[in-house]
Amino acid sequence: MWAFGRVSGLVSMVLLTASVLLGILARSGRPLLVIPRFSVTLLHRNISLLAVVFLVLHVAPLLLDSYARVNVVDVVVPFLGSYKPFWQGLGTVALDLVAAVVLTGVFRHRLGPRTFRTVHWLSYAMWPLALAHSVGNGTDGTSAPVVAAAVVLCVAVLAAAAWRMSAGFLETAAVRRSGGNARKGWGRP
Amino acid sequence: MSADTAVAVGSGGNARTAASRLFAAGANAGHAAHLAAYGAMPHRGRGWSLVQELEASGLTGRGGAGFPAWRKFAAADLARRPNRYARRSGGPVLIANGAEGEPLSFKDATLLRNAPHLVIDGLLAAAQALGAGSLFIYAGADEQAAVGAALAERGDAGHIALVEAPDAFVAGQASAVVNFLETGRALPRDLAGRLAESGLKGRPTLIHNVETWAHIALVACYGAGWYRSAGTAEDPGTRLVSVTGDVPSELVLEVPGGSVLEDVLSSAGVRVGGVGSDAVSAVLVGGYHGRWVRPAGMVLSAGVGAVGSVRSGVIVRPGAGVLHVLGAGRCGLAATAGMVQYLAGESARQCGPCMFGLPALADVMTRLAAGTGGTGLVREVERLAALVSGRGACHHPDGTVQLIHSALETFADDVRWHLAGQCNADQDPAVQGVSGQGPADPAGQGVAGQYPAGVAQ
Amino acid sequence: MSPIGPAARLHIDWTRCDGRGLCAELLPEALTRDDWGYPLAAPGRVRSGADKSNVPVTGAELAAAMDAVKLCPLLALRITRP
Ligand code: SF4
Ligand code: SF4
Repeated sequence: MWAFGRVSGLVSMVLLTASVLLGILARSGRPLLVIPRFSVTLLHRNISLLAVVFLVLHVAPLLLDSYARVNVVDVVVPFLGSYKPFWQGLGTVALDLVAAVVLTGVFRHRLGPRTFRTVHWLSYAMWPLALAHSVGNGTDGTSAPVVAAAVVLCVAVLAAAAWRMSAGFLETAAVRRSGGNARKGWGRP
Repeated sequence: MSADTAVAVGSGGNARTAASRLFAAGANAGHAAHLAAYGAMPHRGRGWSLVQELEASGLTGRGGAGFPAWRKFAAADLARRPNRYARRSGGPVLIANGAEGEPLSFKDATLLRNAPHLVIDGLLAAAQALGAGSLFIYAGADEQAAVGAALAERGDAGHIALVEAPDAFVAGQASAVVNFLETGRALPRDLAGRLAESGLKGRPTLIHNVETWAHIALVACYGAGWYRSAGTAEDPGTRLVSVTGDVPSELVLEVPGGSVLEDVLSSAGVRVGGVGSDAVSAVLVGGYHGRWVRPAGMVLSAGVGAVGSVRSGVIVRPGAGVLHVLGAGRCGLAATAGMVQYLAGESARQCGPCMFGLPALADVMTRLAAGTGGTGLVREVERLAALVSGRGACHHPDGTVQLIHSALETFADDVRWHLAGQCNADQDPAVQGVSGQGPADPAGQGVAGQYPAGVAQ
Repeated sequence: MSPIGPAARLHIDWTRCDGRGLCAELLPEALTRDDWGYPLAAPGRVRSGADKSNVPVTGAELAAAMDAVKLCPLLALRITRP
């Protein structure tokens, strides 16, 4: 049980990272080599849902495990746990954020693009929290392979985030940049 | 334009017979003067229907599109019945749209300042006919005082809300007005259906230009038969036009429907048919979203009717009622390029093809006007025009394309010169612009049959 | 386009669309992309200016059009009646 919870946690971390990377790629409007844009979007969605499945597999066993001493309240409310409350609390916050992002994603057609986008931005807060939780909370978080993996994930996401903020991020950026300047002052502020 | 306008004719007459229908109560008319000229709104019996009367009158919208006014009316009338909002929140919404984003137009401002009570009468008559509860007048900053005073001065208009429109070209688009009233942002919206069916907060919403409301008041007051006693069968009644550009003075005229363009120009003091530097080269009819024409033989009419049934001449739709005169010696392409630049800057930048396409069009038009650039420019203009037209939430791209197409057509000779690297206008294109100097307009100069509600600048 | 006319129309809300091009991939016959990446009705597909924002789709394309509605990242698409 304890071991299973650890492994599924690490797998969700990898999947969440993949989801963040694919999300950024989808936002750029570019296809992935031969994979068309709509498949990138579908991949982003499906990998996220898979990450959720592994998160359930990660959290549920800990509830059942007497050694881990995690109860239902700890799963939702952060920083109450008895074992490393701070690091576990980070995981709880990340889990809550994942729940918000996934639910608004599923119901985005009903919520409208504004709510969806605002909540979806929380993914960028969720990811570092989840990573910190993986390293700080895990019993083998400081072991060499886990640290090495964490560094790789970190570099990948930081690179993607840097690309996201660069001027040439959008596929159509170059041709659009020639457009005029934004007009300011529409109606009441 | 704007500043202190004063109506020069028609003071204190009886509106039924006065030369000017809309300004019959004189300049800056208060409620007393208004009542003296127009009388009180008559009480109508059961069989009388404003919608039917409007249909019979043939009144068209004066905001630009020129659709028959009764259609929106009938749609709002239909929509209010099964609509669940109707009972809950007081029926349809009526909006008088006085936002003249169009920089060449000032007839709505002139109307609101001089005859606000006519607009109010139109709203009240429609509110009675439709059982409407929410009434708005949406007007620019400079008209707030006049309209506010008019609303305060009468006892029956307390429920009309006066809203200040932001000064932006697309702020007067119908969906932008509704959006502004709902959210405070005057940006056009993607429309699923018609505003008359589902507009402000889902309620049936009837939005007309302020001049249209004034005409509605006249129809409600005197009936369709009287209304048709001016104008032609295809374009009944009168309309306001703003005359600007190379004219002795910029002014607003009230002209009957189906007027000959050259007659209107000459009643504005423009020498038509002349030669030399003060001759008229072309006229932009309808404003920045309108079209360029050579004035000879043109007839201003909103309705086309059967071919030949209108006086001999080519019909040009008056759109928002702007007549912008381009004197000989001015380059029409340079003037158009400047307008397209302006229009590109006024894109609300919500819709991609408009946001990127209009600056691209402005760029190509500027190169064409400057006489730099190869022979492929015209084809590039056509290609870009096809890319932007019909691909926006509002008509801004379409209006811009209409302006450009008419320029390429009307100034076809100039296009050839420019492609060869020359401009045959004898003036530096850099000094294009509105010139409105000259003696104040002697308002009585109008030709017979015109009603110069001449408004000096 | 079949002679009996379109099965439905794909409405593009230009105020939302950001030209990411998913719809053009899903409906290659109906949509291409313009200079800036925004969906453009394929040549010969539209008859009037108004159709440019309400692109006709055939019965065979309807499923793909619905996918596009579901997948559009900005919820800019909607199926409307022909
Ligand atoms: S078409 Fe242009 S002006 Fe109209 S809403 Fe779209 S971006 Fe704004
Ligand atoms: S998928 Fe949506 S955002 Fe992307 S181009 Fe099509 S309509 Fe626009």
